[in-house]
Amino acid sequence: MAIVGPSGAGKSTLLALLAGLDVPTTGRVLLADADLTALDEDGRARLRAERVGFVFQAFHLIPALTALENVMLPLELAGRRDARAEATQTLGRVGLGTRTGHYPRQLSGGEQQRVALARAFVTRPAVLFADEPTGNLDAATGTRVCDLLFEMNRDLQTTVVLVTHDHVLAGRCARALHMDAGRLV
Amino acid sequence: MRALAIALRALSREWRSGELGVLLLALAIAVSALTAVGFVVSRVSAAVDLQASEVLAADLRLESPSPLAEGYLAEAHRRGLATATSIGTLSVVFHGDASQLTAVRAVSDAYPLRGVVTTAASAFGTPTPAHGIPAPGEVWAESRLLATIDASVGDDVSIGAAQLRVSRALVSRPDQVSSFAELAPSLLMNTADLDATQLIQPGSRARYAQLYAGNRDDIAAFKSWLTAHKQRGERVLDISESSPQVKSAIDRAGRFLSLASLVAVLLCSIAVAMAARRYVQRHLDTVALMKTLGATRAFTLAVSLSQLALIALIAAGIGAAAGYVAQAWLVYALRGLLAVTVLPPPSLVPIALAIITAMAVLAGFALPPLLQLARVPAIRVLRRDVGPPPLGVWLAFWPAAVAIIGLVGWVVRDTWLMAGFVLGLAAFLVVLALGGLLLVRVTGAMRGRVGVAWRYGIANLARRRAESVVQVVAFGLGIMVLLLLALVRRDLLEDWRASLPAGVPNFFFINIPPDERDEFLAALKDAGGEATRALPMIRGRMTAIDGRALDALAYPREDGEGFANREQNLTWTMDLGADNRIVAGRWWRAEDVGRPLVSIATEYRDSVGIGLGDRLTFDVAGESFTVTVASIREVQWDSFQPNFFLVFPPGLLDATAGTWMTSAYFPPGAPRPMAQLVKRFPSVSVFDLDGILAQVRGVIDKAAVAVQSVFMFTLLAGLTVLLAAVQASRDERRFESAMLRTLGASRRTVRAGVLAEFLTLGALAGLLAAAGASLAGYLVAKHVLDVRYSFDALVWLWGLAAGAVLVAGGGWLATRAVVRQSPLLALRGGG
Repeated sequence: MAIVGPSGAGKSTLLALLAGLDVPTTGRVLLADADLTALDEDGRARLRAERVGFVFQAFHLIPALTALENVMLPLELAGRRDARAEATQTLGRVGLGTRTGHYPRQLSGGEQQRVALARAFVTRPAVLFADEPTGNLDAATGTRVCDLLFEMNRDLQTTVVLVTHDHVLAGRCARALHMDAGRLV
Repeated sequence: MRALAIALRALSREWRSGELGVLLLALAIAVSALTAVGFVVSRVSAAVDLQASEVLAADLRLESPSPLAEGYLAEAHRRGLATATSIGTLSVVFHGDASQLTAVRAVSDAYPLRGVVTTAASAFGTPTPAHGIPAPGEVWAESRLLATIDASVGDDVSIGAAQLRVSRALVSRPDQVSSFAELAPSLLMNTADLDATQLIQPGSRARYAQLYAGNRDDIAAFKSWLTAHKQRGERVLDISESSPQVKSAIDRAGRFLSLASLVAVLLCSIAVAMAARRYVQRHLDTVALMKTLGATRAFTLAVSLSQLALIALIAAGIGAAAGYVAQAWLVYALRGLLAVTVLPPPSLVPIALAIITAMAVLAGFALPPLLQLARVPAIRVLRRDVGPPPLGVWLAFWPAAVAIIGLVGWVVRDTWLMAGFVLGLAAFLVVLALGGLLLVRVTGAMRGRVGVAWRYGIANLARRRAESVVQVVAFGLGIMVLLLLALVRRDLLEDWRASLPAGVPNFFFINIPPDERDEFLAALKDAGGEATRALPMIRGRMTAIDGRALDALAYPREDGEGFANREQNLTWTMDLGADNRIVAGRWWRAEDVGRPLVSIATEYRDSVGIGLGDRLTFDVAGESFTVTVASIREVQWDSFQPNFFLVFPPGLLDATAGTWMTSAYFPPGAPRPMAQLVKRFPSVSVFDLDGILAQVRGVIDKAAVAVQSVFMFTLLAGLTVLLAAVQASRDERRFESAMLRTLGASRRTVRAGVLAEFLTLGALAGLLAAAGASLAGYLVAKHVLDVRYSFDALVWLWGLAAGAVLVAGGGWLATRAVVRQSPLLALRGGG
């Protein structure tokens, strides 16, 4: 599913509310049968660890950790023992099996976003939120990253909710919601 | 465990970002400053503990300024105790024309009853335990003495009227530790030779001791007997009474040095706080991301805390190791000041101190921002402008205050001293900070008149004003203390010596027997000395004031009890002397001769609380008499003429056996016929004021080196503050440097700007330091040494130079990488 709309329409705010990064002043948000508005900050964090994945426009990899360690992080946060094997396998799936020991600054933008994709899918989340995933990439790289995103969406049966300006990208989604001035139109 | 694993993994990478390095350095320096002092104190204390039973060279010791009755020894023998005797006096020892005032100790056969005397075959040779005591006709002289009088083992030296052969070099004797800073070198001789030296005459200054040893019960029983039978003026000493004094002296010195090192700890704490702030700034995104990925607040806090705890442990290890190296240097600097020559290895207690210090500094200065870091909301991953809620005043200041007060309290273990130190330091830092702020402002105002590089540099100082002031204060403080110590050590002591009027006596003579007085004064005159007045001197004790026993009195000052109870030197004369001024009552007239009156010095009025008309009871040689205070005198002690606190009219004590004292001036460079004088008058003790001054200067020099060494840590701490400040501004500097170069500035111009910034900063710190040192020097000169302060331009020159070189050098090294970077990389935000 894609959320599209002009700048300042409230797309990112909606995404933050859906993912429990922020809480609404009124109303409720239900995510995977849980009422986010009834949970405290740590409760929402635990829910995210179990059910939610993220991909950001600016990649947001942790510079101090290698590609592999970045992918292992959500598994470790969820307390998984097989983090290393699982992360290595997922990195292989995004085509970075040979670059596991590299640090983010040693990778190109496209590679960094593929590490971010691996990190998002490695926990096999129920929902993946993507905020302008191709915004910082050139057209060709962006297309490759999108292909990978939809491929994993198909293979792992993960619901992908993406915020984008890119109408081509939105067109590839099963459903597109249009936003303007804080409302769905 | 997961948090620890992640913390460990990230630590090595974090290392390269720099602020953890600053954190580690600052902590390690703080730790090493405190542990270095801790190690030294532990070593010296352990030495005293070890020697506790040897301090007396016996289990029990009876001491007196007058000869001790043989009856005590007989009683001790009857009880099956071992005994020995020791008589100590000060005398000048000669070898050819060279002479040295020496602590001469004559001992009997069984000495020492506890502990060992160590000697060497030659001066400064390898010590070996000695068997017995010097044979009659022989002496063992300390290496220091041999060096001063240019003698070697095997030479004959003159002691009083006797010629004795040096058969060994004395390294240590058990009962020397009781004087912590013994100025005169010592010499051990056989009691059998004492009469031949004629050192001891009736009324001579000497310390008589009888030593007893045996099993514990016998000693305890004998101690009670001795306490019951001893005469007034005789002191019974056992182990429990002798060592606490030394221990408390060491304890005080240790606490002073620890306080000095706490200044370095404080500065390091500032660096820690700065580094922690930057750590937090750089980790806001990471923590927000971890939270987005499902990390709880506790988990993110655990990651940061484990990193910090690891750093604290590493810093404690490095700091303790550096402290261990530094203590070796401190012990070396203090050599000679400590009576003990071989110190036991330090205890491990200071390592606990190291860990506690590192943890306390981190908890006080790094924990609050870290707690803040854990509160950054996850939404920051989408909206960069969202940060953690601001740090409350409560959290920002209290942990730091608690950490510092806790550390100070732990070091000084005295509430009032702690409060005084904390408040004093705070006030002092505020004054320094205001001075620094003023300087930074004035400099900022001048920037319109300088070239582009300087303008850029000075603009940077003004823009980061708070950081600039902190750095100026940190460096200023370190440089100031070093300057002040150098000033006091060199200039002020010289000034004091120079401020004494020409012709002030430079030799003192005591123990002149009454029947040799006229002959001695004539001989002194013949030898070219200008003798001042000669006064009789007898000793006695004050036993009551207005009929009340001394221990029943309250004294206005702390030293009053000591003044009242000590053995008093008494004199009588009709001449008031130009250096004495009557401030109350009146001086003797002809009709006062033989009347029971006394004149006291103002010190006795102020400390003991004696006033005009008070009746003082004295015991002189077993006879008791009471006199009335008829006048109070203000004495100008630095006239270096014989002067007394208590002066009687003639005719009252004349019948008592006493000795005479006088002082004389020998012009510098003129031949000083002391050798002949002392040979002719063996019982007279000579004090060479120049020699004593040189010895005092030696002591001050060593103490100053030790304190200066401790303050080197302060300077190092200042460097870490500089590093932390540069770290904190690194991203900003990188961007600015890239911007300037993009605008066409050459690398050279950018570099000149940075250099200008740090040169100015250093010069400001040096200026502040020189001003502070000059002011403190003036205060010391005026209130402590009572000399006129002479302005020293060199202090300002040194201050400026030291500040500029240190700060410019440090800043230059720290910013090198930033300046070298290519502008494109920097503007793209790459590193």
